[in-house]
Amino acid sequence: MRAAVFVEQEAGQVKEASLHAISAARALGAPVDLILCGSAANAAAQQVRKVDGIARIRVAEGETASLLLAENAAALLEGIAADYTHILAAATSVGKNILPRLAALLDVQQISEVVAIESPERFVRPIYAGNALATVESSDRIKILSVRMTAFEAVSLEGNGEAAIEALSPPTLSPLSGFIGEQLSRSERPDLTSARIVVSGGRGMGSGENFKLLEELADKLGAAVGASRAAVDAGFVPNDYQVGQTGKIVAPDLYIAVGISGAIQHLAGMKDSKVIVAINKDEEAPIFQIADYGLVGDLFMLVPELTAALK
Amino acid sequence: MKICVAVKRVIDANVKIRVKADQTGVELTNVKMAMNPFDEIGVEEAVRLREAGTATEIVAISIGGAACQETLRTALAMGADRAVHVETDLSLEPLAVAKALKQVAEREQPTLFILGKQAIDDDANQTGQMLAALLGWAQGTFASKLEFSEPGRIRLTREVDGGSEILSLALPAVVTTDLRLNEPRYASLPNIMKAKKKPIDKISLADLGVDGAPRLKILKIAEPPKRQGGVKLGNVGELVDRLRNEAKVL
Repeated sequence: MRAAVFVEQEAGQVKEASLHAISAARALGAPVDLILCGSAANAAAQQVRKVDGIARIRVAEGETASLLLAENAAALLEGIAADYTHILAAATSVGKNILPRLAALLDVQQISEVVAIESPERFVRPIYAGNALATVESSDRIKILSVRMTAFEAVSLEGNGEAAIEALSPPTLSPLSGFIGEQLSRSERPDLTSARIVVSGGRGMGSGENFKLLEELADKLGAAVGASRAAVDAGFVPNDYQVGQTGKIVAPDLYIAVGISGAIQHLAGMKDSKVIVAINKDEEAPIFQIADYGLVGDLFMLVPELTAALK
Repeated sequence: MKICVAVKRVIDANVKIRVKADQTGVELTNVKMAMNPFDEIGVEEAVRLREAGTATEIVAISIGGAACQETLRTALAMGADRAVHVETDLSLEPLAVAKALKQVAEREQPTLFILGKQAIDDDANQTGQMLAALLGWAQGTFASKLEFSEPGRIRLTREVDGGSEILSLALPAVVTTDLRLNEPRYASLPNIMKAKKKPIDKISLADLGVDGAPRLKILKIAEPPKRQGGVKLGNVGELVDRLRNEAKVL
């Protein structure tokens, strides 16, 4: 047995989500290799070198955006797949894009959003927006797993590991796909998926302008700001704010849901939070059925009051 | 330009599912079914492309038992021209679905193959990427905008964790839809009537030469631990006190 984790990095910084995927790989009880690609991937490799339990780190240098295209990243991993019994990646927008392409190239049925590893062949994953948990056993010779980061603790970068770093030849870039550009939301606030506290707004916020109230509260708490699908669809905030079944899955210590009714698909993205607070004017809103603490009332009064109370 | 669109019959998004007591699956009898919401977005996008003069023919494809013809009729009522029903009583995994769709793609030779990014029942988010791999085509997943500005290529905006990015893909290509691509229409009554006369070709999974045997053994389907509802508090002061001293998260 030997596992490989596809580790995401940007400008030499390893992505937090990948540290959770490494943790899942270690739970298999096999030697773990890390695969990194992109410009500054060697700097990122230095960052994870001391992580405990890593056998070696294989690095393909090249232009990050091109190498991360599914056509290229899947080809890179296909080239080394024969060395492994398990290939893992975090279930981020990158992992979700690349892994199924790799799986089909290898004739493997991938297992998505793994939340528990029961044995090297047996895995648990949520289905139906997390309203059921399926335990499955794979008979494929290589197991391909995307990992839900909230289900595994991140590994520490300060271990006693001494992984060897090796160069990996980058794949020939495919003419099928080309990267044109990106529009990334820049924020001083913590990342939604790794924040300790998340403040989310729903349709009840009424407008994008009103999200200022949540931002003020978030800044007081050092929190990230999220949203329900309804708020994103209404154009109040950009798509990368969306928490839910098909958006981001979060599990912070504290999740404050403001003006969110609690649709099934939203609950799927946040119900593993440690403590949930709901603020909603409708006392029958389903969000109250899972909230630890509820406040029934006008959010435009209650949120500023809460922000002030935290001074 | 011909477009193929895959549509899956799933439990309606508004139904609260129930896990069977013997943990073998989810209760499906007498449960309202519907087209997977992401596939509706796929059909809508294809219809808009035909209305814009970019596409000339739309073929809707579904795989499963007789009941998925209802889902195909919905796609036809929304504006698809004809349908292909791949018949099987097996519950297929994404890899087998992708293999079947590849066979259909080779017969139909579409320029664009559109799928929902994820089915809301098994939440796998795999089939489109797998189909692209098997066909050796470019893939544009989680699409929020399609533009045909250049011959032989498509400019695709996709939703990613940090925001959005733009790719240029060679055609033919596989595209999977995200929520913000469009808002699907409701089929009008005259179009529902018209859809009844549109053709549905049937072909068995075996005739496509696809092995539908599962690779994954389902050992159990269980209910997740239930979250207990808590208390409604009288005021903000009480909330802050509880968060500080009881939950200790502030």
